[in-house]
Amino acid sequence: MNASHDYQRVYVWQQPVRWFHWINALAIITLGVTGWVITHPPALMNSGEAWTSFWFGKVRFVHFTSGYVLLANFLVRIYWSFAGNKYASWRNFLPLTKAQLREVWQVLKVDIMQSSDKAVHALGHNAVAYFTYAATGLLTVFQVVTGFALMAPTSQSWLPRLFTWVTPLFGSEGAVRTYHYAGMWLFVIFTFIHVYLVFYHDYVEGHGVMSSIIGGWKFMEKHKIAAQEATGISGLPTKSRQTGSRPKV
Amino acid sequence: MSLELETLPKEQTIYDQVIARGVSRREFLGFCAWIGACIGVQGAGVDQVVKALETKKRIPVIWLHFQECTCCSESFLRSSHPIVADILLDKISLDYTETLMAASGHQAEQALQDTMAKYKGEYLLCIEGSVPLAEDGVYCCIGGKTAKGIAEEVAEHAKAIIAWGNCACSGCVQAAKPNPTQAMPIKKVIAGKPIINVQGCPPIAEVMAGVLVHLLAFDAIPELDNLGRPKAFYSRRVHDTCYRRPNFDAGLFVESFDDENARKGYCLYKVGCKGPTTYNSCGTIRWNGGVSFPIQSGHPCIGCSEENFWDKGPFYERLPNFPGFGVEATADTLGQVALGAAAVGVAAHAVMTNFRKRNEIGEQTGENAEKAETADAAATDDHSI
Repeated sequence: MNASHDYQRVYVWQQPVRWFHWINALAIITLGVTGWVITHPPALMNSGEAWTSFWFGKVRFVHFTSGYVLLANFLVRIYWSFAGNKYASWRNFLPLTKAQLREVWQVLKVDIMQSSDKAVHALGHNAVAYFTYAATGLLTVFQVVTGFALMAPTSQSWLPRLFTWVTPLFGSEGAVRTYHYAGMWLFVIFTFIHVYLVFYHDYVEGHGVMSSIIGGWKFMEKHKIAAQEATGISGLPTKSRQTGSRPKV
Repeated sequence: MSLELETLPKEQTIYDQVIARGVSRREFLGFCAWIGACIGVQGAGVDQVVKALETKKRIPVIWLHFQECTCCSESFLRSSHPIVADILLDKISLDYTETLMAASGHQAEQALQDTMAKYKGEYLLCIEGSVPLAEDGVYCCIGGKTAKGIAEEVAEHAKAIIAWGNCACSGCVQAAKPNPTQAMPIKKVIAGKPIINVQGCPPIAEVMAGVLVHLLAFDAIPELDNLGRPKAFYSRRVHDTCYRRPNFDAGLFVESFDDENARKGYCLYKVGCKGPTTYNSCGTIRWNGGVSFPIQSGHPCIGCSEENFWDKGPFYERLPNFPGFGVEATADTLGQVALGAAAVGVAAHAVMTNFRKRNEIGEQTGENAEKAETADAAATDDHSI
C-alpha cells in the first residue's frame, strides 16, 4: 500500500451546500423539539388564567415558521443540485450506474460489516451516504406535505391550501397527524446515526470530513484522489467548469 | 304512513301541512330563520327558505336502515325544534323507513316499491348504517334481500343520497378492526350518485335538518368538503370553535380527570381530546337544543365524525396507537425501540472501529515511533504531516 501523505486540499462543499446543511439542521432540530412539545406538552400545574399566556400558541407558531424555512431551504438545495459543483449534483443521489452500485457494496462491506480493509475514500459522499440523503429528502417531502395538509384547513394562505388533497388519502386528519409525528422519529434516528458516522469517518479516515461542512475543504492523499476520480463517481460526466478545485463561491 | 298520505291532498307543500297542524305563520317564519342560520345562509337566503317551504312540493324520502343502532334517527327525533320532528320526519317526508313506519312485512315492502316507481329519479335516499359484504352480505338482510342488494336497487333511481352518521359514512364500530362482517360505508358500495356524508355518531339533529332543508330550499347538493361532508357544518374543527381553546393556546391542560386543572376547565388535549382533528359543529350548534356538548361536560371529544375513530384510540390518550403494530404500540414506543436498536448497533460498531484503527495506526509515517524509523529510511521523499 502506498503510504504517501502527499495531501491535497479539495474544495468540496460550496457555500450554498454548507448553508443548506446548517439551516436544515437548525430547522429539523427546531421542528423536532417543538413538534415533541406540541404532542407532549409539559404539565404546568399553575393557577393561571388563559388570557395571561400564549406560550403554547407560540410553540406552534415557531413550528409552522420552521416548516416554511425547511421547505424554502430544501428548494434552494434542489436548485443547487443542478447549478452547483459535481459533489452537489443530483446525479450522485441515486445509485444507478454500475460504478455506484459497486461502491454501495464496498461501503457496506467496509463500514457496516467491517469485513474488508479496502476503504472507500470518497471526496463527496460515498454512494451509500448519497442515497441516504436522497431518502432523507424524501422524508422531508413527506413531512412538508403532511405538515401543510394539517395546516391547510385553518390557513388562508395559498401554500398550505395546495395540500388539501392529502387528508382524504389518509382518511382523516388524525391519521395524517400520526404519520407526521412518526416522521419525526425517523429524523431522530437519522440524526443519531448521521452524527455517529461523521465521527466515525473523521476518526478512521482523517480527511477532515467534520470540518468540511464548516470550511468546505476536504484533505486527501493525492493517490486516493486519483483512484477516486478514476471510478467516475461523484463527478459523473465531468464538465470542465465543474472541477473539484473550483474557486470558493 | 302510506295510508295517511292517501287521505291528504296530493302534493301538499310543507307550509300547507304545518299550518294544517296548527302551527302559526309566525312560528313557521321563526323556524325558517333558525334553520337558515344553521345552514349558514344570509338574510336574503332565509327568504328563499321560506319560499321553498311554502311553494315547493315535499321531497319524497326513502330512509333505509342497515348495520346501525338507530342513534341517527333518535338524534333527529330529539331536535329542539318541533317542526323538525313533527313535520320533516314524522308526517311529511318519509315514504319508507323500517323503524318508524306503521306498515310491516309485505305492506312495507310494497310501500318501498310504490315509492320507487312513483317518484322515479325524484326521491331522496337516506341511509343509516353500513353495508356488510362478507359471506355475500348475509349479515344484514331485510325481507330476504341483502343490504347491498337493497341499497343498489333503491339508489339506482334516487335523486341524491344522504349517508347518515359514521356507519354510513365510514363504517363506525362494526368496521373497526377486525371488521368481521366487512362492513362498508355507502360511498364504497354505491358509485355514480351524489352522496352527502352527514358525519357523527350520531350527527347533530340540527345538522341533519339543515341538510334536508338545504336540499329542499335550493334544490342542490350543499357545498361539500373533500370527504363529502357539507361544509356548512363540517368545515371547522371542534378545536377551533371550542370555548376551552384559549387554555390550549396558553398551554393550560387538564392532567387527569380529578385534578385542579379539570375543575378550572382547562383544555382536555392531554387527556385525549380529539377536537384538534375533528370536523363538526359541536362547539357552535352543540347538542340537545344547544344545552351542552361533550367538552363542555368535561369529557374529551372522541372524534366521532372522523373515519375509523374507534381504531384511533385510546380515547383518553394524546397519542394514538400506530396502525399495523398491535394494540399497544404508539409512534413513541416504536421510535424508542428503533432508536435503542440504533444505539446498540452504533456502540458495537464503535468498538469494532477501534480494533481496526489500532491496526491502521502505525502504517503511516510519523504515527508510530518504531515503524516510523524503518518507513523513513525506506521512503525519504515522503511528505509527512
